[in-house]
Amino acid sequence: MAQETSSSLKTTPLIDIHKEYRGKLVPFAGWKMPIQFQGVIKEHQCVRDGVGIFDVSHMGEIEIQGPSAKSLIQKLITNDIDSIQDNQALYTLMCLENGGVVDDLLVHRFSEDDYFLCVNAANTEKDLQWILKNSGSFDATIRNNSQDTSQLALQGKHSEALLQKLCDASLSEIRYYHFKKAKIHNFTGIIARTGYTGEDGFEIYLDGGDAEIVLRAILEVGKEFNLQPIGLGARDTLRMEMGYALYGNEINEESKPLEAGLGWVIKLDKQDFIGQAALRKQKDMGSSRKLIGVRLLDRGVPRPHYRVLKNGTLIGELTSGTFSPSLNTGIGLCYVSPEYAEPGTKLEVEIRKLSVPAEVVKLPFIPTRVKKD
Amino acid sequence: MEVRQDLKYTQEHEWIRVDGKKAVIGISEFAQDQLGDIVFVELPEVGSQVDQGSPFGVVESVKTVSDLYAPAGGKVISANKDLETNPEMINNAPYEGGWIVEIELSNEKDLESLLDADAYNEQCKNEME
Repeated sequence: MAQETSSSLKTTPLIDIHKEYRGKLVPFAGWKMPIQFQGVIKEHQCVRDGVGIFDVSHMGEIEIQGPSAKSLIQKLITNDIDSIQDNQALYTLMCLENGGVVDDLLVHRFSEDDYFLCVNAANTEKDLQWILKNSGSFDATIRNNSQDTSQLALQGKHSEALLQKLCDASLSEIRYYHFKKAKIHNFTGIIARTGYTGEDGFEIYLDGGDAEIVLRAILEVGKEFNLQPIGLGARDTLRMEMGYALYGNEINEESKPLEAGLGWVIKLDKQDFIGQAALRKQKDMGSSRKLIGVRLLDRGVPRPHYRVLKNGTLIGELTSGTFSPSLNTGIGLCYVSPEYAEPGTKLEVEIRKLSVPAEVVKLPFIPTRVKKD
Repeated sequence: MEVRQDLKYTQEHEWIRVDGKKAVIGISEFAQDQLGDIVFVELPEVGSQVDQGSPFGVVESVKTVSDLYAPAGGKVISANKDLETNPEMINNAPYEGGWIVEIELSNEKDLESLLDADAYNEQCKNEME
């Protein structure tokens, strides 16, 4: 792993804008990224109440094309590539033979033989090597476009009205988990109705060289919607409230995705895929743990790795934890034995040797408002 | 970033306002800005003893946990209970409503090792890169 010294950090083409908006830049997965602008709570509420824009250009984009592109992807992922049509996206996992998670990602289908994957920044190189390693017998071209691609996430209920002012395509026709190639401020990009916040919104993929002009145009048009730039701090509190798994926290190469509540993206009955046998076995044996949402009943901020207790006995540790700006209380995610997983179950979270009362709550912590049909 | 002239400071960004034998302690404007939105403050018990340079409480922002270090030793005579319901007072008014504890100094000599406003200002500038 490269050291995250400031000299070796990669920067996105949007760094000048981040500085103009007084973003606090920090090392993140090898990139220099804005963690916050006005403050995490304000930014969080801006996305929940209106609209905000994130630079997520650190995310990786991998293109897979060719006559065997589809069958290669089908072998690599746990979800069923045959369940989507052209201009649709699919959330899925890529697993090891033993069922551990290589990454969670989005697969976008342009056509039968043309796809691109959006993967986690920290995993881009690993994913690429994994895909190449498993692509031997397939007639497919694999290309890492991450360096040349910028990604913006426009999230919040005003996203469509705002973006429509700059876009030649009819955005209301792009349904949840669908996308379209279109012009934004006269630059070609891909507009997908996806996101990581639980709000309606779009993820926009652009040529790195066009990203700064497009973002400036979006910020200008966004003034009437009170659009604000949002940092990675609020991205984390927003995803936490939705109970969305974060690679490296809830899932990794050692975790069992069925325990993480990700069974809905594991299609055991499709054609052969890597990890299928192990995942089928895990399903047949039943889960010994389950990922739960934990909400503090008293003051305090839970953090990753804090211990979770039941009547003083250790039953797990938090994989994620933060302060929820929407609920004004501490929330966390944790794997526990199913006997403790029932919503309403009283637990304790240990914060600096103090046991703070908490309870199991149903996920998501707050209702999602994505635009499902 | 405001650094008040009438206060003394620690390298860990606490300030202390001395009034005779008593002193009020908080964290600086610079510190609250670095921490971001403060959502939780753990206060010491009134009557407890704090030692110079030792942690006496905790402030938590959304992103991080940070110990509070006593600029001087003494007995806690009052703690700002308002922070339990409105921890963001530290962000909004770090030198006024966001004060954290009041102590009775046990040794006024403790104050000699603290930074004056100019020295502290210099330190903040260096930390800003």
